[in-house]
Amino acid sequence: MTYRIVHYINQFYAGIGGEEKADHRPELREGFVGPGMQIEKLFNGEGKVVGTVICGDGYYGEHTEEARAACLEMIKSLKPDILFAGPAFNAGRYGFACGDIAASAGEELNIPTVTAMYPENPGVELYSKKTYIAITSDSARGMSKAVPAMVKIGGKLLKGEKMGPARLEGYIHRGIRKSFFHEKSGADRAVEMLLAKLRKEDFRTEYEMPVFNKIPPAAPVKDLKTATIALISSGGIVPKGNPDHIRVSSAESFGSYDISEIKNMTPDNYESIHGGYDREWANQDPDVVLPLDIMRELEAEGVFAKIHPIFYTTTGTGTAVANAERFGQEIGEELKKAGVDAAILTST
Amino acid sequence: MTREIERVAGIPVVQIATIVPIMLTVGTNRVVPGVAIPHPTGNPAMGPEGDKAVRRELLLRSFKAMTTPITEQTIFEK
Repeated sequence: MTYRIVHYINQFYAGIGGEEKADHRPELREGFVGPGMQIEKLFNGEGKVVGTVICGDGYYGEHTEEARAACLEMIKSLKPDILFAGPAFNAGRYGFACGDIAASAGEELNIPTVTAMYPENPGVELYSKKTYIAITSDSARGMSKAVPAMVKIGGKLLKGEKMGPARLEGYIHRGIRKSFFHEKSGADRAVEMLLAKLRKEDFRTEYEMPVFNKIPPAAPVKDLKTATIALISSGGIVPKGNPDHIRVSSAESFGSYDISEIKNMTPDNYESIHGGYDREWANQDPDVVLPLDIMRELEAEGVFAKIHPIFYTTTGTGTAVANAERFGQEIGEELKKAGVDAAILTST
Repeated sequence: MTREIERVAGIPVVQIATIVPIMLTVGTNRVVPGVAIPHPTGNPAMGPEGDKAVRRELLLRSFKAMTTPITEQTIFEK
């Protein structure tokens, strides 16, 4: 049989234009356009690019819902066996569009999808779990390797061949771990790794830790005496009764409470609902987690100008990193608007 | 959370917590090591006065952290 291939590309690779044409609306063309020629060639008669969906990167990024719906409709009409998108290299908006359309088509049409990007493309973080992303260099100079990498993965998916580990197959890890029997026990392997590490030899962990972003430190507060300082906690300190039902673990929300009238946290007004530590001390005196009493003293002494009237709080146990980051962004926006100069965040 | 507040608001955010390596891993820039996991900003075992003294010292250290220019992640020890 001949596989029906659909290819998604942007305005640039379709030869329509560069940035000035980035608002190009979704368009369907018969057969291959641009890099699709090489895709079809690599299938060696086993597959045919039946259509190419083209959309401007700006349009996809700014009108994502409409662009996705229109592109999906076009893809669907072609009854594809597989969708390829890109390669997007290190183009951020193109990577987003390729990842989004590949993930959506995979989900909606239940077909394999493959795209290709440079590992630092922002599309990787967003979509690596939802589609296959072949690893490419950072620019179109790597086209001659990128297309075969996509096609190799796509071919395996179409034929139902066993997919090996990401680092051997050349795609970005999808966060999937497969169980299998190893000839050596875990203890043996751990000791071997440790010995290699001690000898400063290369070794590969079997359980990679997530990579967190780092940011340059913010400039310091210039004059503490005129500074407004906000208090924030992930220690689960909430008004007694937890009025906003913040979860005791795996929090999906944070609370913001007016503490301008509160001098001291006591078991009568505040409590801890955190599910990840022994709350005995926090419930006897919440100040051991959120130090409001002494902050009020230092405020009265004029060490700094004032405590920000709103206190932000959530529970940081089992909380998804993405949620914690979102809380941080939303709290950050509010502090910025309020003109707060610095913050103290306590965690348990 | 600390990192994103600092990034979005553009202000120094001092984190007081006990497990320093976690703070460094998640990208906290100004770290003040806390007393213990269940009571980072106090020490009930030291009685009410001792507890408050610990808290005051930690907060003064946090002020020092937020007013100190730094170029990389920094732990502000006693």
